Amino acid sequence: MNKFIKAAYAGLVYIFLYLPLVVMAAYSFNASKYSLSWKGFTFKWYGILLSNTALLDAAIHSLTIAITSATVACLIGTLAAFMLQQYRFKGRKAVFGSLFIMMMTPDIVIGISLLVMFLAAGMALGFWTLLMAHVTLCVPFVAATVYSRFRGFDNSIIEAAKDLGASEYQVFRHIVLPMAMPGLIAGWLLSFTLSLDDVIISFFTTGPTYEVLPLRIYSMVRLGIKPDVNALSVLMIIITVVAVTMSRRLLKEKK
Amino acid sequence: MKDSLIFRRLVISGILGWIALFGAIPVLLLTGVSFLQRHPSDLIEAVFSMESYARLSDPAIGSMLFKSIMMATMATLLCLLIGYPFAYIVARANKCHARTMLLFVMIPFWTNTLIRTYALVAVLKADGFLNTALIFLGIIDAPLKIMYTQTAVFIGLIYTLLPFMVLPLYAAIEKLDHRLLEASRDLGASRWTTFKKITIPLTMPGIVSGCMLVFLPALGMFYIPDILGGARTMFLGNFVRDQFLIARDLPMGAASSIAMTSLMGIMLLIYYRNLRRSGRTVRL
Amino acid sequence: MGHNVIDIAGISKSFDGEVALECFTLSIADGEFLTLLGPSGCGKTTILRIIGGFEEHDSGEIRIDGQSATNVPPESRAVNTVFQSYALFPHMDVYDNIAFGLHVAGKSTSEICEAVQEALKLVRLEKVKHKMPRELSGGQQQRVAIARAIVNKPRVLLLDEPLSALDYRLRKQMQKELKELQRTLGITFILVTHDQEEAFTMSDRVVVMDHGRIVQVGSPRTIYEEPSNLYVASFVGEINVLDGVIKSRGECNYVAEVEGVTVVVKSKRDFKEGDPIHLLLRPEDFRVEVMQDLEESPTLAKKFAKALLKGTVDRTYYKGATYDVDITLADGKRILVTEFFDEDSDSLYFNPGDRVAVGWFEGWEVVLPHEG
Repeated sequence: MNKFIKAAYAGLVYIFLYLPLVVMAAYSFNASKYSLSWKGFTFKWYGILLSNTALLDAAIHSLTIAITSATVACLIGTLAAFMLQQYRFKGRKAVFGSLFIMMMTPDIVIGISLLVMFLAAGMALGFWTLLMAHVTLCVPFVAATVYSRFRGFDNSIIEAAKDLGASEYQVFRHIVLPMAMPGLIAGWLLSFTLSLDDVIISFFTTGPTYEVLPLRIYSMVRLGIKPDVNALSVLMIIITVVAVTMSRRLLKEKK
Repeated sequence: MKDSLIFRRLVISGILGWIALFGAIPVLLLTGVSFLQRHPSDLIEAVFSMESYARLSDPAIGSMLFKSIMMATMATLLCLLIGYPFAYIVARANKCHARTMLLFVMIPFWTNTLIRTYALVAVLKADGFLNTALIFLGIIDAPLKIMYTQTAVFIGLIYTLLPFMVLPLYAAIEKLDHRLLEASRDLGASRWTTFKKITIPLTMPGIVSGCMLVFLPALGMFYIPDILGGARTMFLGNFVRDQFLIARDLPMGAASSIAMTSLMGIMLLIYYRNLRRSGRTVRL
Repeated sequence: MGHNVIDIAGISKSFDGEVALECFTLSIADGEFLTLLGPSGCGKTTILRIIGGFEEHDSGEIRIDGQSATNVPPESRAVNTVFQSYALFPHMDVYDNIAFGLHVAGKSTSEICEAVQEALKLVRLEKVKHKMPRELSGGQQQRVAIARAIVNKPRVLLLDEPLSALDYRLRKQMQKELKELQRTLGITFILVTHDQEEAFTMSDRVVVMDHGRIVQVGSPRTIYEEPSNLYVASFVGEINVLDGVIKSRGECNYVAEVEGVTVVVKSKRDFKEGDPIHLLLRPEDFRVEVMQDLEESPTLAKKFAKALLKGTVDRTYYKGATYDVDITLADGKRILVTEFFDEDSDSLYFNPGDRVAVGWFEGWEVVLPHEG
C-alpha cells in the first residue's frame, strides 16, 4: 500500500467514526429544535439541561455509582491480580478462566443472571443491586489491567523484599501497591468509564428508585432526537475523553 | 510467618468467594431457571421442564434467532474487513502518529454506545445529514429510507462495534516483530504469502478476540434495533429483554440467554485451542 | 574460621521432572567466602535460592546455624541476597531501599538512620542517598543492592551473579571491593558465578558443579592445578588433553607413552601398567623450541633434552603480554601453547611452518585416568 492510499483509508475510517459525533455536537449548539438547518449558535440546550432536575438526579446517581463501584472494583481486582501473580494455589487456573469468561460474557447475560440472583434473594432493585452489578462488571477489567502491570515487574524485587524480612502483607503494602499504582489508577478510570457507559446491565439491575443517566437518556432517545439530549451526550463524551486520556498517560508513564 | 499466612488465606478465600458469588452462582441460577416452568402469578414454578428449550425451535423464534446470528456474523465479518487494514495502518505508523491515531480509536471505544447509536440517528434519518448531503451533491433526488430498516441496524452495529474490533487487532499487530516479515520476504515469500503465512497466524489471537468482542455484543445490544430499527424489528437481545420485562416469561428468557452463552462458550473453546496451538500462554 | 554456618545434607530438587540438584551435600564455615562455579543450568542458582528460601527442596535437609531451615520463609532467615538484577525497589530512593529491611523489622527511626549511614559509608554512596535507583550507574546500583542486604547484619550474604551486568573494568574493581567488604564484615559470602576468574579472585573455596552435582571442592589453587577430572580441568581455563598409556611404575613416578613418545610423569594417583591415561597441561606449562635452533646450539639442545614431542607451528595469536601458538604434533594432535614475549626481540619467536620440539615443566602435568 502506498502512503496516499493508507492515509486516505485511515481518514475514511475516522470520518465514519467521528461524523455522527460531530453532527451531534453541532446540533447541541443549534438554535433550531427540529431541522438540520442552522438557526444560529446557542447554549440554550445546555441551560435546559441544568434545569431538568430528573436528569440532574440521574447524573448524580450515575456519578455516585461510577465512583463507588470503581473504588470497590479496584480493591477486589487488585487483590485478585496480586493473588494470581504471587500465589500458587489450587484453582489458580480456574480463577484465570473465570475472570476471562466474566470479561467476555455479553452484558445482557451478566445483567439478567444477576437479576435472577437478586430476585431469588428477594432483594429490592436499587442502589445496592446496581452497585454490586457494576462491581461485577468492572473487577475482571481491573484485575487484567493491574495483572499486566505486575507481569512487568521483576519478580526478584518481590523476593528481595521478602529476603529483607517483609511479610506478605508488608510486601503488598510497601512494594506491590506503590509500584502498581499507575496501573491501579488506570484501572479505576477504566471502571469509572465502564460504569458510566453501561446501559444493559443497569437496565436489568436497578429499579425506579435509583435511575441512572444512560437509562434516562435511553427513555428519552426512544422518542427521537432532542437537542437537550445532544447537549448531555456531548458532556458525557467530554468526561469520557478526559478519563481515557488520563488513564493512557498513567499507563504510558515509566514504561 | 503467621501474619503472612493469614493474609494469604484471607486474600485467596475472599477472591474465590467473590468469584463464586458473582460469577458462578448467577449463571447457575440462570441455568436452573431455564429448566423450570413459567407460572402466571409467581413468575416461575419449581417444575422441571425442557419446554423453553423446545420453544427455541419454534419457527417464529427460530427465524428470529437465525436472523440475529446472521446479522451479528455479517457485522463481525465486515468489522474485520474494515478493521484489519485500518489496525495495520495504525500499528505500522510511526510512533508519534500511532499514539494520536490510537487515542482517536480509544475515544469512541470508551464513549457510551447508546450515545453513539443515538448520534447515528441524526445522520441516517430521512431529513438527516446523509440524505441532505447526498441530495445537495446531486447523487440522489429523493431521500433514502434508511432509518427504521434492518440496514440501519446493520450500520449501527458496525458503527458502534468497529472500535472493539480495531483495538485487539492493533494490539496483536503492534506486537508482531517486523523482522519476521522481513525474514519471510528475504527467504523468497511474496507479500501475499508473507501475509497469509506469517502475519495472519501471528495476529490470530487479536483476530479471534476482536471477533468475539463484536459478535457477542452484536447479539445482545437490544437498544440498537430499538433506536435504529424501529418497533417492528426483533433481535435476540430485544427478545431476551422482553421475556424478562414484558412477557414475564423468565424460563424462556433464561433459556435463550443460555443459548447465547453456549454460543460464547463454543467460541471461547475455539479461542483457547487456537492459543494452545500457537503455543502461547493464556493472557487476560 | 569457626563452626559451620550452613549445613546442607543430601538436597535434591527437580523442576517438572528435570533434575536441578542431586543429593547436594556441603558445609559452609562461618566467615568463609565460597563460590559456586559452573555453567548455566548446573544447579548453582537453585542451591542459592534454596539457601535463601525462595525454592523448596524435594528431599534432604538444610541447617542455618544448626537450626533446620526447611519450611522457614525467606523473611525469617538470617540470610540476605544480592540479586542478579539487583531488584532495587524502583519507587524508593537509595536511603529507603537500604532502610527497608530495618523498617519492616520495626526498628526505631534513629536506629535505622544510623545503620543506613554506616552502610552507605561502607559502600561509598553517601552522596547519592536521595537519588532514585534509575538515576544511578550500574556500579552504584550494585552497591545499593549490597548495602541493602548487609545493613540487616545477615549471617550469610548470597550473591547471584552480582557482577554479570557490569563491564569488564568495573567488574574487576567490584571483585576487589567485594573481597575487601567480606574481610571487613567478617560474614560468610556465597557467590554464584560462571566466570572462573571471578571465582578464583575472590574465594577461599570454590565448588565446581555440573548437572546438579558437586564435581570438586577446594581452594582456587587446588581446583586449577589439581583438577579432579576432565570437566573441572576444561571448565577452569584452557587446557590441553594428551592421551597415553602407563608403561611401568617407578618409585614416585610412572613411565608412560604419551602421543607416541615415552616420557616420565608424576602422579599421586594409583595406576597399573597398561592403564590408559589423560595427561593435562595448561598452555603456559609447555616449553617450546624451534628444531633448527636446537640443532645449531648444543647448550639449548641440552636444556631441551626432555622435550620429546615434535610438531609444527600452525598459527600464532597476539594477546598483549603473551601470545598463543597453535601446534600440530607429529601424530596429528593439536595443542595450544602460551608463550611470554622475549623482551630482547621485537618479532615473534615462532612462525607458521616452524618445526618445533615441545616439552613441559616437569611435575606440572596432571595425570587422570582415561575417561571413555
